[in-house]
Amino acid sequence: MTGTAVVTVTSSRAMVATLGLVATLCGVLIVSAYQGTLGAVSANKRIALERAVFKVIPGAASMKEFVATGAGIEPAAGQSSGDGVKFYAAYGPTGELKGIAAEGGATGYADVVRILYAYDPGRQAITGLGVVGMRETPGIGDKIITDQAFLANFQALDVRLDADGKALANPVRAVKNGSKRNPWEIDAISGATVTSKAVGKGINDSAQRLLPLLAPNLDKVRSK
Amino acid sequence: MHDISAGQIFVSAVLANNFVLAMFLGLCPFLGVSGRLNTAAPMGAATTFVMLVASLCAYGLNWLVVHFDLEFLRLISYIVVIASAVQLVEMVMKKYSPALFRALGIYLPLITTNCAVLGVALFQTAREYSFIQSLTFAAGAGAGFTLALVLMAGLRERLNLARVPNVVQGTALSLMLAGLLSLAFMGFAGLGAGE
Amino acid sequence: MELPGQTQLSHMEEFMEGIWKQNPVFVMVLGMCPVLAVSVSAVNSLSMGIATTFVLVCSTLLVSLIRKLVPKEVRIATYIVIIATFVTVVDYLIQAISLAVYEALGAFIQLIVVNCIILGRAEAHASKNPPLRTVVNALGMGLGFTLGLFALGSVREILGAGKLFGLSLFGPDFQPWVVMVLPPGGFFVLGAWLLLFNWLKNSKVEGALVKPLEGHHHA
Repeated sequence: MTGTAVVTVTSSRAMVATLGLVATLCGVLIVSAYQGTLGAVSANKRIALERAVFKVIPGAASMKEFVATGAGIEPAAGQSSGDGVKFYAAYGPTGELKGIAAEGGATGYADVVRILYAYDPGRQAITGLGVVGMRETPGIGDKIITDQAFLANFQALDVRLDADGKALANPVRAVKNGSKRNPWEIDAISGATVTSKAVGKGINDSAQRLLPLLAPNLDKVRSK
Repeated sequence: MHDISAGQIFVSAVLANNFVLAMFLGLCPFLGVSGRLNTAAPMGAATTFVMLVASLCAYGLNWLVVHFDLEFLRLISYIVVIASAVQLVEMVMKKYSPALFRALGIYLPLITTNCAVLGVALFQTAREYSFIQSLTFAAGAGAGFTLALVLMAGLRERLNLARVPNVVQGTALSLMLAGLLSLAFMGFAGLGAGE
Repeated sequence: MELPGQTQLSHMEEFMEGIWKQNPVFVMVLGMCPVLAVSVSAVNSLSMGIATTFVLVCSTLLVSLIRKLVPKEVRIATYIVIIATFVTVVDYLIQAISLAVYEALGAFIQLIVVNCIILGRAEAHASKNPPLRTVVNALGMGLGFTLGLFALGSVREILGAGKLFGLSLFGPDFQPWVVMVLPPGGFFVLGAWLLLFNWLKNSKVEGALVKPLEGHHHA
């Protein structure tokens, strides 16, 4: 960075001092911005999450976050939790369990399609679908949130566990439009098959991990 | 996202989600350096190299900031460390491999503040890629950038020989070309999707 | 510190510089990545423009204030640290104000840090000028950038979705040009805007000189 012919040598001390000073100043700025907005940011995140969960589980009035691991189920401790599978238990106004919501994701047409699905432990079925984030083609891939026939797949999508309780009895998958024969299949949207398959794969991957862990411990989340 | 294979990540970063043509990252060099084929290729190679360095640094740094619960320092540490690492690499290269330095070195300072490089670091963090996935992603992003740069340079070299109305010349024409390329690359969409 | 042959601009001229004569989007063609990536709707464009302006004004102000203290060897490093700081600040501010905007802009908020306009202004202007002049210039640049983004975002939203600010414009029969909100549309619309400016400039100059003008090349 010294292009001139006459180079005035700056002492290393001056350089280090300047950088130190600037870094300190910047550190103070960042930390105060972080502290100042922390409350509002986490409140915003909670509201957004609640809104998404309540949308897929009608009738829910409050929710709690849990983590399912091989060792059992624990309330989530705020921070991200390594190996466990995160899920949300939603409760009605009187504190009864309305349903379980969990996130899933798979690569769609353009990028990862992130979804939130509702699971009804009583019926052992997926009962709702919401989209958390995607970059699918507008007017084609984004039909997964508007197409009523597609959303009808998620009124009661069968996710029963097999006899051992280690995996789903029948893997959830999306099939070509019009060829749905079984309650665990998703009738894909004609013309948006790739996106529909991503939804199916996202649900399947997440449910295969979560439900076997959840089933033996369901009582822990039964009431608030 | 632990279940995406390295191959899928690579293909997606090169074609379906090409950094330049689908994600709009690294447009400054894309429009600025793509005039000639013989500078486009080394520029792409140098960028790929910097992306790999950045990806390595970002992976380590992310582990650090998460471990010490300092997420608010992530961005500032990424940019400072990546810039320093690239300068360090540049110095080492100059000393031990002057030939390589002459081929790539002149581009290195330019690339450090290229948004594609920081983009690699930020996206691999946001998508929670593992170490191998991160490096594959960086390599794919670099290959995709190089591909776009070389294709564009080839087109522009041809265009120099064509008669073009004055009013269209310059950046406007480059952007229209980039639009056509981007349209062509949309044909790759869906390639990364697994069954 | 003035360069020889350059007269001191009035504050008004300094402000207009970024809006018209050196518009970052249409004239200098700088910082294109966020311009093309987030301009799928008018709201996104405005949020991005405001965020960038905020970072631009704050960081150039700070750079201008400490311009006499910083040795030139560590100049760039200092600027980068300062810019990254304000980007982090703006990142948290947006999260606090609206999570929806934050998700829509995605990684491009953090990528403001490598927007060439900001480092360019810090280096070319703020490091040589007093705070007031710097802020005025930065505000003009930021506004010019926002206008450019808005010009792009509104056209893309109108054509690609038939809406403006989320309000439907043409009624239900309108078949949107989906390609406009997809990546190629960004290149096409910006190209078309530049074409329009080139044409305006050329016809003006040709009208005066009656002589064909070389199309200007991007450096």
